Amino acid sequence: MQKFKEIVMYIVFLTAAFVSIAAVALICVFLFVNGIPAMKEIGFGKFLSGNVWQPSNHQYGILPFILGSIYVTAGALIVGVPIGLLTAVFLARFCPKPLYKVIKPFINLMAGIPSVVYGFFGMCVLVPLVRQLFGVNGNTMLTASVLLGMMILPTIISVAETSIRAVPDKYYQGALALGATHERSVFLTVVPAAKSGIMAGVILGVGRAIGETMAVIMVAGNQPRVPDGLLKGVRTMTANIVMEMGYAADLHREALIATGVVLFVFILIINLLFSILKRKTVA
Amino acid sequence: MADKITTSKEQSAASATEISGINRRGLKQRFAEYKRKPSSMILLILVWMSAFITVAAIGFLLIYVLIKGIPNLTPDLFRWEYNSENCSMLPALINTVFMTLLSLLIAGPIGIFAAIYLVEYARKGNKLVSVVRITAETLTGIPSIVYGLFGMLFFVTALKWKLSLLSGAFTLAIMVLPVIMRTTEEALLSVPNSYREGSFGLGAGKLRTVFRIVLPSAVPGILSGIILATGRIVGETAALIYTAGSMAVVAQNLFSSTRTLSVHMYLLSKEGYHTNQAYATAVVLLILVVLINFASDFIARKFAADTAQQ
Repeated sequence: MQKFKEIVMYIVFLTAAFVSIAAVALICVFLFVNGIPAMKEIGFGKFLSGNVWQPSNHQYGILPFILGSIYVTAGALIVGVPIGLLTAVFLARFCPKPLYKVIKPFINLMAGIPSVVYGFFGMCVLVPLVRQLFGVNGNTMLTASVLLGMMILPTIISVAETSIRAVPDKYYQGALALGATHERSVFLTVVPAAKSGIMAGVILGVGRAIGETMAVIMVAGNQPRVPDGLLKGVRTMTANIVMEMGYAADLHREALIATGVVLFVFILIINLLFSILKRKTVA
Repeated sequence: MADKITTSKEQSAASATEISGINRRGLKQRFAEYKRKPSSMILLILVWMSAFITVAAIGFLLIYVLIKGIPNLTPDLFRWEYNSENCSMLPALINTVFMTLLSLLIAGPIGIFAAIYLVEYARKGNKLVSVVRITAETLTGIPSIVYGLFGMLFFVTALKWKLSLLSGAFTLAIMVLPVIMRTTEEALLSVPNSYREGSFGLGAGKLRTVFRIVLPSAVPGILSGIILATGRIVGETAALIYTAGSMAVVAQNLFSSTRTLSVHMYLLSKEGYHTNQAYATAVVLLILVVLINFASDFIARKFAADTAQQ
């Protein structure tokens, strides 16, 4: 009896372990099966490089959204990476201990704030701010980039901080002993040694930025055309899916799912890069 | 030999304190240094500035939302019935609780069992383990809108569950599965092997050891993972819009369409007529997230202290 129970539970545990494999497989299958035929019908080239998206005229080119996602993500990196990296250096090497106890929970909290709240904050604060500063409609690529830059901060900070802390203290001490100042020791020996960990954090941030949906929709303007300037509206792949899925039918709906497939492929590539870098950090 | 090592360690510890004593630089010395190397001063200023910007950004967001939102927390917002007059968030709040419980009910056992397999049963170098790890990592990176699409295609359309509490809960369960798995794995790994050996030595079987000895000592770690998952579920919007729908009434059964608090807030702010109510909803969401974060931190810290004692 006891033996039987052991075997049954072993099978239960094994099955549970298989669930995550099954989930990834199911996600791939369902997305590709539903998305690829639409791409074929529209034509791969036309779908990926067409710059007109007019579902009512059966024009399905998602280049504007691919570019939109890339631009907004790049903008988020320009805003988020320098600040995030320097904050991580601060937390790991400059921060007085009592202050650390106050700041760290805030940064953890930052990671937990729902993206709708970020989006709403962007809508109520950043959009009017951009409108006043530049005299344009405030729903712009700039607004989305700044907001996303803020949202990826906690990701970059926590990964970068961990990898900076993992650098052996000898590096720092050696540099000090050679007469370098504290700042130069940190920036010229410790930070370069943590390079691959920091890169991993940045890539994780890219993944978050490119996949972010709600916050972007609420501030980016969402015009379905090729973005042509920082102060113009932009629509990302994620925004395109959420905006139109509600009423889309037939090929239109499938084209949206195909947009999801393209996004998914982007994410898989980013994931792959991340795990390669992570393995490098460990080794 | 062992004695020698300890003494040399002690010595180095002692000399380290001395060195730090010598190394303490006065303000004057520092200023002289910065004068000689202005680049160091610039770096110092940049670092402090960045940290300030980060803290200011999050602080500003919190304070702004709280100041704008708290005065709008009227009793009207907590009426039992939602209508476009009162924009009550109570149904959405109750649905959020349902959604969270249901998702955790699905993902919790699966995640914990999978972690038990990985830590307690799988042999080292087992191929399956690395495959499971890679897939879990992949799941972590998938954006919520892709989960939403998948949920729509699989649960809503293929399984014909319609836009419902159940579809939403299953979608979210897949989303938080890797979180629960990873934290449980870590918690199980940190249980000392002597516990297991002791249990085996007293004649307990594998299963008994896992459930009576290993799991109870890993509970705080597992709990902090589950709380983390709760945070993600409460904040999720994109994965739910096309799986759970947006009906603003308390769910009657598993197959009724529901909206959670985050979706409610998105819809409110999208309409643009109810900004004040959206602020109030944001406050409630923030309070929930802060509580969840605090609880997770607290338990994790307690867990760390407990293992340190052992």
